[in-house]
Amino acid sequence: MQTLEAVLAEHAFFRDLPHDDLQLIAGCGSNVRFPGGARLFHEGDPADRFFLIRHGKVALEIGSPERGRVVIQTLGAGDLLGWSWLVPPYRMSCDARAVELTRATAFDGACIRRKCEADPRLGYELLKRFAQVIGQRLRATRLQLLDVYGTRG
Amino acid sequence: MLGEVTKMAECELPAPSVLTADGLEALFAALRRRDYRLVGPTVRDGAIVYDEIRSPADLPAGWTDEQDGGTYRLKPRADRALFGYAVGPHSWKKFLFPPATRLWQAHRTGNGGFEISEDREEPPKFAFIGVRSCELHAIAVQDRVFLEGKHVDPTYKARRERAFIVAVNCGQAGGTCFCVSMKAGPKATFGFDLALTETLEGGRHQFVAEVGTERGAEVLIEVPRGEAASEDLVAAEQAVARAASQMGRTMDTAGIKDLLYRNYDHPRWDDVAKRCLTCANCTMVCPTCFCSTVEDTSDLKSEHAERWRKWDSCFTMDFSYIHGGNVRSTPRARYRQWMTHKLATWIDQFGTSGCVGCGRCITWCPVGIDITEEVRAIRESEQRPPAPSAREAKDADA
Amino acid sequence: MSTELAGDRPAAGPPGVEPMAPRRFRVRRVTREIHDTVTLDIEPSDQAEEFSFAAGQFNMLYLFGLGEVPISISSDPAHLRVLAHTVRAVGPVTNALCRLKRGQVLGVRGPFGSCWPVREAVGGDVVIVAGGIGLAPLRPVLYHLLGHRDQYGRIALLYGARTPNDRLYERELSRWRGRFDVQIEATVDTAVAGDEWRGHVGVVTTLIPRAEFDPAETIAVICGPEVMMRFTIEDLQKRGLTSDRIYLSMERNMKCAIGLCGHCQFGPTFVCKDGPVFRYDRIAPLLKVREL
Repeated sequence: MQTLEAVLAEHAFFRDLPHDDLQLIAGCGSNVRFPGGARLFHEGDPADRFFLIRHGKVALEIGSPERGRVVIQTLGAGDLLGWSWLVPPYRMSCDARAVELTRATAFDGACIRRKCEADPRLGYELLKRFAQVIGQRLRATRLQLLDVYGTRG
Repeated sequence: MLGEVTKMAECELPAPSVLTADGLEALFAALRRRDYRLVGPTVRDGAIVYDEIRSPADLPAGWTDEQDGGTYRLKPRADRALFGYAVGPHSWKKFLFPPATRLWQAHRTGNGGFEISEDREEPPKFAFIGVRSCELHAIAVQDRVFLEGKHVDPTYKARRERAFIVAVNCGQAGGTCFCVSMKAGPKATFGFDLALTETLEGGRHQFVAEVGTERGAEVLIEVPRGEAASEDLVAAEQAVARAASQMGRTMDTAGIKDLLYRNYDHPRWDDVAKRCLTCANCTMVCPTCFCSTVEDTSDLKSEHAERWRKWDSCFTMDFSYIHGGNVRSTPRARYRQWMTHKLATWIDQFGTSGCVGCGRCITWCPVGIDITEEVRAIRESEQRPPAPSAREAKDADA
Repeated sequence: MSTELAGDRPAAGPPGVEPMAPRRFRVRRVTREIHDTVTLDIEPSDQAEEFSFAAGQFNMLYLFGLGEVPISISSDPAHLRVLAHTVRAVGPVTNALCRLKRGQVLGVRGPFGSCWPVREAVGGDVVIVAGGIGLAPLRPVLYHLLGHRDQYGRIALLYGARTPNDRLYERELSRWRGRFDVQIEATVDTAVAGDEWRGHVGVVTTLIPRAEFDPAETIAVICGPEVMMRFTIEDLQKRGLTSDRIYLSMERNMKCAIGLCGHCQFGPTFVCKDGPVFRYDRIAPLLKVREL
């Protein structure tokens, strides 16, 4: 069985990080699993964790009284879930629910944040990577917003 | 390309001859005897338009035109020249590519079907009198569009094959002409059955006649004419040279395709958009514009249907409509489309420019937008050295 | 010349047919796909007639006295007697087409346009990215690839629809999902609790990282709204696909479909005859110009 560090080293997101960093991050990680339907977090919860999904599917949802629960994005194996742990006020921006049995590695975001404050170089490396993820999500959200398949006029 | 009309080899062409006014009358008669419908310039509603004519008496004798951006006026001449003007709002496309053409009719049949009957009218046989060099080029440009693509337009083909062309060499240029810049005149060098150059030197009003085709030669045989002396030919050449020197406009066409291709985002388009009314006049008077629309109609009982082809213009709001919106919703986009098509993409599509320098779009634009001026503005903005940036200016001061 | 920009051109259509006069076809079957979209299976009124086309081409469909619209052909090119057109009701003619019943007659002109590069793709992987009704012009590609399966490497279909209730060809997709030799990934832009959708949610570009293909040996074919195609191209390029291996299908206003009315111009190209399928590198600069 692979160590968590080895798993991270193979992942596109963490690849190229120095060995020490990988060790440190792996040290803040633990395996978690959510049965289908289980809630990972609610909108507004303190964002002290982020996840690397290993298997399964997680739905990001926003609840609205008029439309009920709206799924805005699903994430699956290999996807990073959670960037709010890096950005004040460190609160989750939406709900997350496991669509099916989901196994993931949960990382102690609060702990890693403290380590980044102490070692800005590590902080920059992580911010660089998360900025890319956020950028991709923003781009995808814009395309979603355009509602290109809808009829107009 | 057009099969039936044989262009004579250079050595076979009869030498130029000279016609008087009587000769012109006889030419008209010879064409009428061959069942041609004569179409030529005539005065109507304060302009010189192309319409059916019977004799030289219908020509605008003693009239000339004054043209400029958004301006057209007829003025009397001091002489009685029959062709002493430039081109008017009509072009010959009106006859070769009619504004409205019925493509077919259909009626309902039993069991919900329908049957199409194509129109079997005999296509008209026109003789165009007074076709200018720019117009010969314009007809050649439309020939490429309608006859040389994968699909040939049958209406254009039938009328074009039957058309007899009597060209006229311009003796003076119009106020908005720039055929010299577009290498489309003023001398007619191809595409005619006969070409006339009108001269009024030394009190003699006559026409030097040049033969372009066998068909033209056959008609001319029936026309009383004299041999052209060298002074007649010189007078004709001088008339054309005079026209060439009087061009009202010029356009630098060097690298114009790439110039426009790299300037799709030039601020000049915003500038012209403030002036353009998208009235589509330019497309209607332009002798090469060929856009059309297809209209399907039926009677109230839905038993009889027709399909019509009608002139259209890229300036109309929904020309580029796809579900949900118009691709070119702004006047800026539509003017840019027209001008870059005419001067640039046309070259990639058909191998020639779409513009022949006739100047009609300048004359008939209600706000006087001048295509030569728009090109000049874009070209010149590239040649000016770029303005120093604010920081550079500051450093220079330091 | 604009022909350099054109996608594949198949052999010329039937000779001697007046290009502006429709042929009569009869509706054989009507399938309601989703609330505003219908698939019409049609056949020539003269049942002895055959109709051949290449994947990516379109017909002009005519309703007596009403008008004509360009609709992609979405049936299997190997079937010469039945054509399928998936029509979305967005205007008077398409609304009327969506209300046709079995046995009714319509007019057909075509096939027109360039086709998907199924020949270029032989020997390599193929990625098909479809957005919304863009799946309709791409379905013939899938039929062709699956009908000649051993000529191609990996095949992946990435399909994005607006919501779970807007998915086309559900039964067929399920069937294909059951095959082991093709990867089918579907997503919807949004889903609500009542949809009971357990699939992906997110724009179709989010499926691209999941697709299995070797960028050096892959041809990608894309169809959907222009914005979606632009985003898709960018993400495919991020995965290493070069611009000469990406093909898209453009849409513009069409009246004649034979390159003479001028409506479908896109820069120097006529979408009806130089397209609708274009190789991306040949039109990339045109796609960057707004309101071209």
